[in-house]
Amino acid sequence: MKRRQFNQAIAASVASLGFPGLVKAQGQKLKVGVILPRSGYLGLIGQSCQKGADLAPGVIRDMLGVDLELMNADFESNVDTARTRAERLIQEGAHVLVGPFDSGAAAAIAQVAEQRGVPFIINIAAAPQITEQGYKFVFRNFQTAPDIVREGLSLIGSLFQATNAVPRTAVFMHVNDTFGQAMNKGISAFMPRLTQLPFRIVDTISYDPAAKDLTVEVSKAKAANADFLLLVCRLNDAIILRREMVKQRWQPMGIVSPGSPGMYEEQYFKTLGKLSEYSISNVPWYNPKAKLTQVVEKAFLKQNPKDRLVFHGLNAGFTFEACLIAADAFKRARSTDPKTLAEAIRQTNITDKMSLGGPIKFNAKGQVEGIGSACVQNLNLLPTVVLPAGAATAKPVFPVPGYKKA
Amino acid sequence: MSVDLVANVVIAGVLTGLVYGLMALGLSVIFGVVRVVNFAHGEMMTIAMYAATVLFAALKLDPFLCILPVAAAFFVFGYALQAALVNPFITRPEHSQFMLLVAVAIILVNALLMLFGPDARNVQLDYQLESFEFGRILVDKARLYAALAALVTAGLLFLFFKFSLAGKAIRACADNHLGALIVGLNVKHLYAMTFGIGAVCVAVAGCAMVLLVDVTPPLGPAYTLLAFIIVIVGGLGSMGGALLGGILIGISEALAGLLIEPSAKSMFSFGLLILVLLFRPQGLLGKRS
Repeated sequence: MKRRQFNQAIAASVASLGFPGLVKAQGQKLKVGVILPRSGYLGLIGQSCQKGADLAPGVIRDMLGVDLELMNADFESNVDTARTRAERLIQEGAHVLVGPFDSGAAAAIAQVAEQRGVPFIINIAAAPQITEQGYKFVFRNFQTAPDIVREGLSLIGSLFQATNAVPRTAVFMHVNDTFGQAMNKGISAFMPRLTQLPFRIVDTISYDPAAKDLTVEVSKAKAANADFLLLVCRLNDAIILRREMVKQRWQPMGIVSPGSPGMYEEQYFKTLGKLSEYSISNVPWYNPKAKLTQVVEKAFLKQNPKDRLVFHGLNAGFTFEACLIAADAFKRARSTDPKTLAEAIRQTNITDKMSLGGPIKFNAKGQVEGIGSACVQNLNLLPTVVLPAGAATAKPVFPVPGYKKA
Repeated sequence: MSVDLVANVVIAGVLTGLVYGLMALGLSVIFGVVRVVNFAHGEMMTIAMYAATVLFAALKLDPFLCILPVAAAFFVFGYALQAALVNPFITRPEHSQFMLLVAVAIILVNALLMLFGPDARNVQLDYQLESFEFGRILVDKARLYAALAALVTAGLLFLFFKFSLAGKAIRACADNHLGALIVGLNVKHLYAMTFGIGAVCVAVAGCAMVLLVDVTPPLGPAYTLLAFIIVIVGGLGSMGGALLGGILIGISEALAGLLIEPSAKSMFSFGLLILVLLFRPQGLLGKRS
């Protein structure tokens, strides 16, 4: 060894003694286990979320100088598979888990993450109990079902005010999975308190999100003779349901989701074409004017030249933000040690973000509070923000054209 | 609850049940003659559904027009499957036959996953969103056409078995295997032909069903299970029983969804199955062995 090489080696050793975490963090990648339902009945939404994860390494390297290595796993829309995929990702060396879009799967993965002491950042999953268990390694940057419902119902009130519509009755249809049940509970709890809303729910119909045929469900809903349909759905069932409404010539004043996926997804537009028009979803959404959104949109277009971020806004946006939270914590923690990483995640304070609402800050339960929702209506075959007025790019339409009182 | 609501739901249940019945008819015919239970039945139907979506995507061919080419291809496929794979297992224990056809089913599901991926596929035709209106009763056009296709196919099958020489020979094989051999019938050929005919039933049912539901590879096992429920309710080996079983399952699911809870409707198919197994194990139209 020459003298210069020897000196460099000594300098490196000294540096590593003084700043071990820094050297460790700079020298290694953060392995992010991304668990999503890329197949099965949630497959299309899972693939949409995956687009957000796929953007993360490039955008975050430019933003924070942190290298992410994605370890992708498909849980096939099956809760048991989610559990085993999480176990395997941890065995294979994932430093942090991100995912899974579904509340049932999130609850299962949370148990694994907690047992194994690996941080788990939930991108999308709303069942409130997930962050009510006293978990130390589970974090969620998404609204809980009660938050979604509260924001969603509040936006419904704003919608009726903005359009001078006064529907008196609604029929409530919801999927019967963990998310749907949580939303049902939320609506049952909030509706009596929101006396300013002009309508009452005349019938509640639950259905299997994996159902292939919703003839009976739609017949029953139509028979309720309600003014509008309040819908908590997923994607495939939303498509089947919309088609069935047309077949059964049921034209309520509108279809309004108080906060669920499905009707703003690209596949909904692709499959239904003009039938997708005017459906309304009050959901946590991204701020199209945010600086980070512009950066992500550019990267998205580069990776998906034939696609548009607006069709994946919620899925890709919150998945990207989950990866961003992990990277930001890794940068500050300067270590992949799970406890150090979890502590750094707990101290997160990200103001440069995509989603609406305040900064990304976790409370003692690992929940981000203050995430905003938007009233997104399908107009001209695009999900368009129509409320709140400050973020709106178009005016809401309600009742929808073609509405006939039964 | 209004009468027209119940009527709408029951009609939809009957029409869907007829398509289910045609699918189960294939299973029943194969078992009635070859005495082998086709555990890959639903998977075969899924292939027919995919075939219809591919033909629609490539040639804009209406699934009802796909019936002829798909059915012809399925006859050849069914014939070849029986001749090459199932015939050697006919004299083997039932668990060997079970394992063979379950293996075929798993291969088919995975082949579909490799070819088409996990996403749902469908066909989109204008009349799928249209209905016939009879007063306050609405009848879904696609569902009605699908049920008619099922009825016509079942009728043709009945005529084939009743009046054609080949049909009579197949029935002879089913009634008395040894006797059929003694009078010089080519039993292996007739078995393969029967399997081919069973495959034609699923081909027609698949082409019709793709108008009603989107197809994904995991749909196959669900349809296999459904076909079993239907033939057990109707009577294994009975052609009329398969159609009756299909209609009963269709109606029971529809009414359970309407009167009790939509999300619990499939529970009633199994409830009906248990009742039949308890009180009439040979099925509603089956013969006591």
